[in-house]
Amino acid sequence: MADGRKYIFAFLITAAIFATALFVSNFLSQKRLAEIERIQDRLSLDILASETQSALLAETSCKNIAKNAALTHELGDLANKLSIAEEQSGANNQNVQDLKRQYSLLEIREYLLMKKISEKCGIHPTFILYFYSNLGDCPDCQKMGFVLTALHDQFPDLRIYSFDYNLDLEAIHTLRSIYGLGPRLPVLVVNGDPYYGFRPLSELIRTVPALATLKAEQEKAAALLRAASSTNATSTQR
Amino acid sequence: MAISNIFLYTSLFTSLFFEIFLLITYFEIRDEIKFEKENNGKNVKHFPTVSIIVPCYNEEKTVLATIDSILALDYPADKLSLIVVDDGSKDRTREVLKQFENHKQIRIFAKENGGKHSALNFALERIDSELVGCLDADSFVDQAALLRIVPYFDNNSIMAVTPSIKIHEPKTVLQYVQKVEYSWGIFLRRMLSSMDALYVTPGPFSIFRTEVFRKLGGYRQAHHTEDMEMALRMQKHGYRIANSHNAHVYTVGPAKLKGLYKQRVRWAYGFLNNAIDYRDMYFNRKYGHIGMFILPMATISIFSTLYAAGNLIWSLLGKIPEQMAKYEAVGFNFGAPHFAFNWFSMNTGMTFWITMMTILLTFVILFLSLTLANGKAKLGKDVFYYLTLYIFIVPLWLGKAVYSTIARKDITWK
Repeated sequence: MADGRKYIFAFLITAAIFATALFVSNFLSQKRLAEIERIQDRLSLDILASETQSALLAETSCKNIAKNAALTHELGDLANKLSIAEEQSGANNQNVQDLKRQYSLLEIREYLLMKKISEKCGIHPTFILYFYSNLGDCPDCQKMGFVLTALHDQFPDLRIYSFDYNLDLEAIHTLRSIYGLGPRLPVLVVNGDPYYGFRPLSELIRTVPALATLKAEQEKAAALLRAASSTNATSTQR
Repeated sequence: MAISNIFLYTSLFTSLFFEIFLLITYFEIRDEIKFEKENNGKNVKHFPTVSIIVPCYNEEKTVLATIDSILALDYPADKLSLIVVDDGSKDRTREVLKQFENHKQIRIFAKENGGKHSALNFALERIDSELVGCLDADSFVDQAALLRIVPYFDNNSIMAVTPSIKIHEPKTVLQYVQKVEYSWGIFLRRMLSSMDALYVTPGPFSIFRTEVFRKLGGYRQAHHTEDMEMALRMQKHGYRIANSHNAHVYTVGPAKLKGLYKQRVRWAYGFLNNAIDYRDMYFNRKYGHIGMFILPMATISIFSTLYAAGNLIWSLLGKIPEQMAKYEAVGFNFGAPHFAFNWFSMNTGMTFWITMMTILLTFVILFLSLTLANGKAKLGKDVFYYLTLYIFIVPLWLGKAVYSTIARKDITWK
């Protein structure tokens, strides 16, 4: 190949790769935007569904309430996507803000619904409302997030709902005033009692009675299981 | 667009362009490489007289093996002679050399220490062979190396031929890293050769027509990289340099980081300063590929490598506070990592795709380099060490070389 043509050829291939990268990048960004719009639609529908479910609760038996598992699972999935969208588009992005408002509303709906189900069916889950801020005024919020993730891994039945303290949403303002929350963050509301400031995982479990009880129950169940399996092993040997 | 973005995209474009240019060149000369592999060194009819200079400075441990490897070369003994120059060694080099005093092919000289270039010039004044080469006293030649180099001189326009350099019996992690790096060098040198754009005639066993030194003068100190300066001087005078990728020379790579760092600072510093000395070649059409493309590209690559490595190291350092916060919050109770693939979480920016493409082409070139150097590409621990460590150690010497050049500070040889 003549020397000049080789440079032109290499340049054209490089330019084509750049153009393809630009196209793919734009295509995926559009797709992500469309996905965010779909999430918003789904959130609206979920909020409506939870309201309907709440209204139907009086006429349904506890046996028929499938623990609201689908909605809870969806909340987890949406939380992941929201955090990704926040990371990639920035917390101040309008789409992200809208998504966050709808998500927070859905969380509150689910929280209220679960409380009703608990009362009706006599179950006692532990509820944690977590208020954080990402305006840079809460240096411990990142660490508190790690603690709550680890806490949920340890106690999968915990019901944890996280809220942006500064989000412009009337329902969050109401929640704040119900529990009389001040601006000291992070703050956890565990079964209605507020706990201010960061606490490492072990300290949190030790100092919050509801969590200490959960831990004690978990250890008791594990001890019983160990005893049962050792009895089983002994009888098998005989 | 922010300045950092302009720099990022320019850097990515030039890296990608260079890789594509190399690959096009490779596919152009693929048949030529295959032909050389099958025929090079066979049916050699003309054996010109060759002198090999071995400059030594404190090389008591390796000089014997170096001389033995030259004497074992597949080449008529009456056409091959050695000139060993002890450049004021302070160890037992002179005593070790005594055993060759009466060897008919070897002449031994001793002089005051004056640096490698002075030892080479000392020997050049005492030779009358048609070809002359040098072999550093820490390197060894393959038996067929000279036989595979000499046929290139049948072409009257070829004034020097460089070999392929490999790392001799790597033992440490850093030597394995260098093994892959040298394979990369073998590929690059062969591509540059086809463009008449070689800008180094490496110390280990580059062979020259003796008339090159008669016409252009001897070696210069040249910022401790006399082999680079000589190649640039030749290129500037339109003297062609070829590469025989089948002529293998083995060199002992530094085993420890300190030695490697010093060697590479010298190379990078030498390149930058010789580039300044020969700046009139840059973007000068008179000098073809080397002036218009290769020298500018080699210079840019120093800065883009520093930029890429800096970015990578910075982003990794940025993760440390998060990991520390995690540890402070939950101890080692990090939970099981989640690896579920989700396109939504994928980085879809343009930079991501171009970086991926550049990395992919880097792997293709690495594969071709290993194949060219070793006959086949094998993914062993050498490749693993290279891929995981190289990017983190390169900025050490590049940074120091750039700093010393800007601050006009000289560097030491050893």
